Amino acid sequence: MTNRRIFLRNSALAMFGAGTAPLWLERALYASDAPSPRKKILVAIFQRGAADGLNIVVPHGEKAYYDLRPTLSVPRPSSAADKRDDAAIDLDGFFGLHPSLAPLKPLFDQGHLAIVDAAGSPDPTRSHFDAQDYMESGTPGLKATASGWMNRALPAPDGKPSPVRAVALGAVLPRSLAGPEPAVAVQTLAGFQVRDAKAAREFEQMYEAARDPVLSGMGRETFEAVAMLQTIQKQPWAPAGGASYPAGRFGDSLKQIAQLIKADVGMEVAFADIGGWDHHVNEMGQRASEGQLAVLLREYGQALAAFWRDMGDRMADVALVTMSEFGRTARENGNRGTDHGHANCMFAMGGAIRGGKVYGRWPGLQPEQLYESRDLALTTDFRDALGELVARHLGNPTLASVFPGYTPAFPGLLA
Amino acid sequence: MRKKAVAGLAAALFLTASWGASKAARKDAAKAATFSKPLSPDQRIEQALNRLTFGPRPGDAQAVKAMGLKKWIDAQLHPSGIPENLALEAKLKSLDTLQMTSDEIVMDYPPPQVAQRMVSGQLPLPEDPERQVEIRKIAERAGKAQAQGQPPARQLAPADIFTPAQIRALRQGTAEQRMEVFNGLPSEKQDQVIESMPAVRQVLYDAAPPALRRRIDVAGGPAQIPVRDLMEAKMLRAVMSNRQLEEVLTDFWFNHFNIYLDKGADRFLITEYEREAIRPHVLGKFRDLLEATAKSPAMLFYLDNWESVGPAPGPLRAKSNQPRRGLNENYGRELLELHTLGVDGGYTQKDVTEVARCFTGWTILQPQLGGSFIFNARAHDNGEKTVLGVKISAGGGQTDGEKALDIVARHPATAHHISWELAQRFVADDPPPSLVNRMARTFLKTDGDLRAVMQTMLNSKEFWSTDAYRTKVKSPLELVASAVRAEDGQVDYALGLVNQVAQLGEPLYRKQEPTGYSNAGKDWLNTAGLVGRMNFGTQLADNRIAGVKAGSALPGTALGAPDFQKH
Repeated sequence: MTNRRIFLRNSALAMFGAGTAPLWLERALYASDAPSPRKKILVAIFQRGAADGLNIVVPHGEKAYYDLRPTLSVPRPSSAADKRDDAAIDLDGFFGLHPSLAPLKPLFDQGHLAIVDAAGSPDPTRSHFDAQDYMESGTPGLKATASGWMNRALPAPDGKPSPVRAVALGAVLPRSLAGPEPAVAVQTLAGFQVRDAKAAREFEQMYEAARDPVLSGMGRETFEAVAMLQTIQKQPWAPAGGASYPAGRFGDSLKQIAQLIKADVGMEVAFADIGGWDHHVNEMGQRASEGQLAVLLREYGQALAAFWRDMGDRMADVALVTMSEFGRTARENGNRGTDHGHANCMFAMGGAIRGGKVYGRWPGLQPEQLYESRDLALTTDFRDALGELVARHLGNPTLASVFPGYTPAFPGLLA
Repeated sequence: MRKKAVAGLAAALFLTASWGASKAARKDAAKAATFSKPLSPDQRIEQALNRLTFGPRPGDAQAVKAMGLKKWIDAQLHPSGIPENLALEAKLKSLDTLQMTSDEIVMDYPPPQVAQRMVSGQLPLPEDPERQVEIRKIAERAGKAQAQGQPPARQLAPADIFTPAQIRALRQGTAEQRMEVFNGLPSEKQDQVIESMPAVRQVLYDAAPPALRRRIDVAGGPAQIPVRDLMEAKMLRAVMSNRQLEEVLTDFWFNHFNIYLDKGADRFLITEYEREAIRPHVLGKFRDLLEATAKSPAMLFYLDNWESVGPAPGPLRAKSNQPRRGLNENYGRELLELHTLGVDGGYTQKDVTEVARCFTGWTILQPQLGGSFIFNARAHDNGEKTVLGVKISAGGGQTDGEKALDIVARHPATAHHISWELAQRFVADDPPPSLVNRMARTFLKTDGDLRAVMQTMLNSKEFWSTDAYRTKVKSPLELVASAVRAEDGQVDYALGLVNQVAQLGEPLYRKQEPTGYSNAGKDWLNTAGLVGRMNFGTQLADNRIAGVKAGSALPGTALGAPDFQKH
């Protein structure tokens, strides 16, 4: 067994050098120790800028919601032809989706999309920077945490781990993935290569020999990942099932995550983000289906729905979860916008997710029910949802090191 | 109580993290930086050039040595005394929006809505008849786009104008051959090419003299011109300016008071903002810099304060069906968290709200037309406020905001926060506390004199220590500018370099969040960035980046090498 592994590794590395390693060989190399046929994959989406959860998962059964937002609420669900497209899409008689999220309604109905409401970080900060930092480190209130929760969430590897087991789409590595386990940032799969082959060999040697351990380590991770991704770059590829991703960075990110999953290169966690949620002014147009939030949610919903469609059966191995650093004020501000608030909503979707349900206790929006008299109160810690996915989907039981100082109470998202 | 528990946890986590790290990294962490071992005289010169400029050019070290390091630093701290590079000045002169006020920019390079209002007589047209023609065209195009819901297809095919031989020359010919084809056209055909043939426009751009380039840029949409000029100027100055420290500091302070270019009107407000609010104060008093940003239309717009309104009765309600506007906390919060005290500066949510009340009525006259700062007393909350324990009496009007600036600008937390940020940018990702404290003391003693704070840093043993030497990873802007300088590259136009910086993760003027980009080098190190940096190095050395001719000082592999990623 060991001999076979060494043989495979050596010959694969020799072939990487010439840029001709066939995909089967790499798969064999990285899967040779793995007892299970396919790894489970966790995809995390970060909505940067504090999305307005109350207008995304609309509590249309709550009268106070309409009192607090006289010009900035999503109307109650309606079947009237002239109102339907601007009204909340009912989920359970109390909550409804923003009309821009119509593409996600079938997923909810089929039981593949779950929502956790009044969820988020318990830390009281209303600073984007701090709140993102706390959520990504997985340790609210604690700045000294060196690594991100997703890096710690990677299960102990069996055998040599894939160089691309943790991937972020983007120009910089997000805090969530920072840490001792190798994690790669990739802007585009096609562009992830050193184009000058002769220079590439020189670079590889230079980084190998670099005195700075951080740079040499990063160089090694880079060249291993480049070699790994080289073969899938050459294969023609198109989304399956007629999936149509919206134009833009977020759609591109999800499309490439799908491509990586289907290529079986050993990816276990993936991260993508989408910004632009900080709507202090003119969050909504004249109607709920217009304006900044509506446009952004359309892109967001279409991308998630396209990912689902594209993945098809492979979604059985995948859980996708979304988060945003905090919610926004329950009351609209003076500029048809909302200011920084507290609790928010999270989405979870995947083959094993018990969807079709809004999880979490609804705290209410009466004045005495609000957090600090202004925001939606928090009833589910974001680590409860993430913890369940890490432990029961990824199969990493060491939650005490993933979320130190906190014991997640699973909401029951997985069957 | 909670703090203690948190500290214990932090220690535990730190241990976990170090256990997981590689052996070498663990060993590295074990020998903590002391910032006490001094540099050799040659290393000191290199350190100065690495950190106080956008990287040394061939010959710079000898020049500093000849002049004397102390004298060179003193000159950099007094940039107006340094004669500027004439070649740079000539290039900047052709970027005409750089010296315009915001309202001039809107009028001369109007976005479509403004052009339509000019044509319909609601706003005056510029006097230049050529401009008038252009503006009529913009308005006409915008009108058609609105009518059809999409931009009209007015594109011509190259074969409509050129012979096959000419098309071949445009595609494969030298710059001279391409220009020859273009210059051979009658002028109305030239106009058609520039207006309606984007592919040919691109091919010509590289070969074109500055005036033609300008026409091509304008054809791409005049509202893009101020954006182009800003980015072009920033990169040209980084590479070519003799006042290098001023450029580094302008970059630092713009980033500290970050504004996002693509937020509505900010597109044409940033030019004046950087020129008037940031640049003149980078070695001046922090209080002046702070007020200049607070009153700038660019900041008032970016952080929404221009729409923040106090709880005044009736008259603000323009129409009965419009909601009454009210308080917006966005600026108040970022002022405390990012601009002054820092996130651990000891303020509360109540302080945020109180500060926001102080600034109600600080607004902009006609922001969509590049308007100016104005105090609107009717929008101001004139009640009493308490900011960080200091009472601001009722009835202060505009001075409420100014008093709030006084309080936060001179606060010890601000002195510490600003000093820490400067030390992080110039000395080390984790700056030594002893140095930060000394800089903060200077800040407080000199009423926020930023030159004095820089002097304290530059007179410290920490700045000139081995632990601070070649230890910071360059940001994408630093990497790109330093590579061109190391190559002694000649920049014809900087657009190609600007695009490289964006691809490496730092699109100029396009950081959406008010935090700005990280000053910590380690935040720029990742696999995507490394691949990008290697590709950039070889491309630059092979002269494959538009607008730049590299010298032959260094091969591309040297620019992508590990050593070159640090400074």
